[in-house]
Amino acid sequence: MPRGEATIGRVMAQVAMVMNLDKCIGCHTCSVTCKQTWTNRTGVEYAWFNNVETKPGVGYPRRYEDQEQWKGGWMLDRRGRLVLRSGGRVRRLLSLFSNPDLPAIEDYYEPVTYDYDNLVSAPAGQDIPVARPRSALTGKPTAITWGANWEDGLGGAPEHAGADPNLTGEWAQKVKFEFEQTFLFHLPRLCEHCLNPACVSACPSGALYKRVEDGIVLVDQDRCRGWRMCVTACPYKKVYVNHATGKAEKCTFCFPRVEAGQPTVCSETCVGRLRYLGLLLYDADRVGEAAATADEHDLLDAQRGVFLDPCDPEVVAAARESGIPEDWLAAARRSPVHDLVMRYKVALPLHPEYRTMPMVWYVPPLSPVLDAVSEAGGDQDDPDHVFAAVTRLRIPLEYLAELFTAGDTDVVAGVLMKLTALRSYMRQRTLGEDGDEAALKAVGLTAHEAEDLHRLLAVAKYADRYVVPAAHKEDAAALTATENRCPVESAGETSGRRVMLGLPTLRRSSPEGRS
Amino acid sequence: MNAASSSLAAAPASGADLLLWVAFPYICLAVFGVGHVWRYRQDQFGWTSHTSQLLEHRWLRWGSPLFHLGAFMVIAGHVVGLAVPASWTEAAGISEQAYHTTAVRLGSVAGLAMVTGLGMLCARRLLTRRIRLGTDRSDKLLFPLLSATVVLGISATAAHNVFGGGYDYRETVSVWFRGIFTLQPRPEAIADAPLLFQLHALTACLLFAAWPFTRLVHVWSAPVGYLTRPYLVYRRRATTPAPVVGSTPASERSARHAA
Repeated sequence: MPRGEATIGRVMAQVAMVMNLDKCIGCHTCSVTCKQTWTNRTGVEYAWFNNVETKPGVGYPRRYEDQEQWKGGWMLDRRGRLVLRSGGRVRRLLSLFSNPDLPAIEDYYEPVTYDYDNLVSAPAGQDIPVARPRSALTGKPTAITWGANWEDGLGGAPEHAGADPNLTGEWAQKVKFEFEQTFLFHLPRLCEHCLNPACVSACPSGALYKRVEDGIVLVDQDRCRGWRMCVTACPYKKVYVNHATGKAEKCTFCFPRVEAGQPTVCSETCVGRLRYLGLLLYDADRVGEAAATADEHDLLDAQRGVFLDPCDPEVVAAARESGIPEDWLAAARRSPVHDLVMRYKVALPLHPEYRTMPMVWYVPPLSPVLDAVSEAGGDQDDPDHVFAAVTRLRIPLEYLAELFTAGDTDVVAGVLMKLTALRSYMRQRTLGEDGDEAALKAVGLTAHEAEDLHRLLAVAKYADRYVVPAAHKEDAAALTATENRCPVESAGETSGRRVMLGLPTLRRSSPEGRS
Repeated sequence: MNAASSSLAAAPASGADLLLWVAFPYICLAVFGVGHVWRYRQDQFGWTSHTSQLLEHRWLRWGSPLFHLGAFMVIAGHVVGLAVPASWTEAAGISEQAYHTTAVRLGSVAGLAMVTGLGMLCARRLLTRRIRLGTDRSDKLLFPLLSATVVLGISATAAHNVFGGGYDYRETVSVWFRGIFTLQPRPEAIADAPLLFQLHALTACLLFAAWPFTRLVHVWSAPVGYLTRPYLVYRRRATTPAPVVGSTPASERSARHAA
């Protein structure tokens, strides 16, 4: 991609993710494996670093997308400057004693466990013993009234889904009263590891930081003082308070795995194989300017403008100067994320209007449109019917646009057209026909590109989906350290200390005696 | 030395006075200092305000700001009342009467805010089961100790200066307090102070001793640096090698042998 006349600033690399939503069946395997890995501990029972939401739906925590209420993300002030929606620095320090915009546990849900012991210890009797739910916070018997995926598969939609902040007017009514005829898709969410992270900017202690090498946003557990401003600032509500330790915790993008060149746990275990991991190079000096783009509809292009083409010799030279190693540059050139985001432009960010420049992107689902085609009596497999639906059926398109393009339906329609054309072309090819290249041409794809995109989206081999370069051996000492000790343990101590993370202190013996 | 304190100095301090008003404060201060160094070096992970707003926010909404803002005013009042000698304020043209009236008025407002706030914070800690279960040992020490100090302090003010005839602690308690820090202890200065003032001083000493081992350490992390730092924080992956568990590096081992 030609980058125009602007000079390239500090080049940074980010391990980014794309999810192909048409493939998500809402099985929650990603959430469960993530929870088993990271949040199966006291204090974060309620936290899901990765969760899967049914859309339309209110989400987790409830109505988190309503920034009028929760004050997450950035906005432009009257003079067009980028400011945190939760207020300026002084305002933030003044709300240290009581943060008015912090979700309460009820907005997530009251975590429960079950008295399993009753199953084996109940005295002999007429009835089969049961395990009743008990609050994990109070230990008292409790009724389960909400959860992280309470509305799974539109369950309870007539009652709740109308409250989805992305729904307005007639569509809210339709979802409320005719939900069996509406569309549904699943939206897996994790920390976006934003380029312009609001949580980092809101942390009074400077405990949250973005890593230079791979862009992962982390909480320094030793520096966090529990001021809980990050929770409010994150518009995706993906930073959580651990109520046992009094510190903030968030998705780590499985950095110990990523550093070893392995995909994150949620990606690795995704049964739908819908996740892609790869590098994106970006110009760190242009992030602020892009995030302050005046028109919300231009934010998508502004963010794409920050990304750099790893094949451009100028970019490569600038990247070398910024210290990005050769194998990382090679990985950036093979990055499936770069292909989906920049080359084919089929992936879109979640809520770009929050101005955090999120780095987990989504290929929007065709299924809501296909559902609408069927509902209107059309043929899902006829591209003309689908094209007509994309141009005429306002409602699912507007909903997707609310999620992925700050309301710009043209962009979403363009992506859906591209997916439709690809789908019909590859269908013809698979059935032994030549394939109609006119439709492909209309959406700006060549036959070769269509094959390539199809390979990436539909065949989706492991090696094509995950191109994660291992962290560099120059930092071997630091890496050994993360491998061999618990991240929250203080230096040199191993025994007799409560370990707050559910990880064994010693992960493997090291007979060679690394030093 | 002014006349009032030299007349006090005439009375010799008893052994009990020395113990209570010299040894005990110094021990508490030593624990305060050493405790902080130890905690800061050993327990960064535990160094937090330990927020419980997630679990209960209705009482906290009012209780916490009342307590904290009240506490700031109370601390400021103590700094002026204890550290600034009466002769200085008189030299600045503030009469004893004017000082006294202002101090009692402002102090009452601040004290009431702090007591109300602390009351609410204690109430939510006791009444909300979620929070009671999350209360650790240090909190069980801190909350009663802090409450005792605050209640004794405001009772002393109420009993002697609001409803009572007026007691000039600046000629007695303050003299003792300053003596501790100028390394010229004056136990006799406080020995005859009313019991409430004495108890308040003693619980305050205990509070300082307990300070480094409780959540009070978050006071020292007040994030004023946030006002000037850039919004975005970038950091490189850890570059200092952390100790390797299970296998001591050879160099370190030899260094230890050498020592």
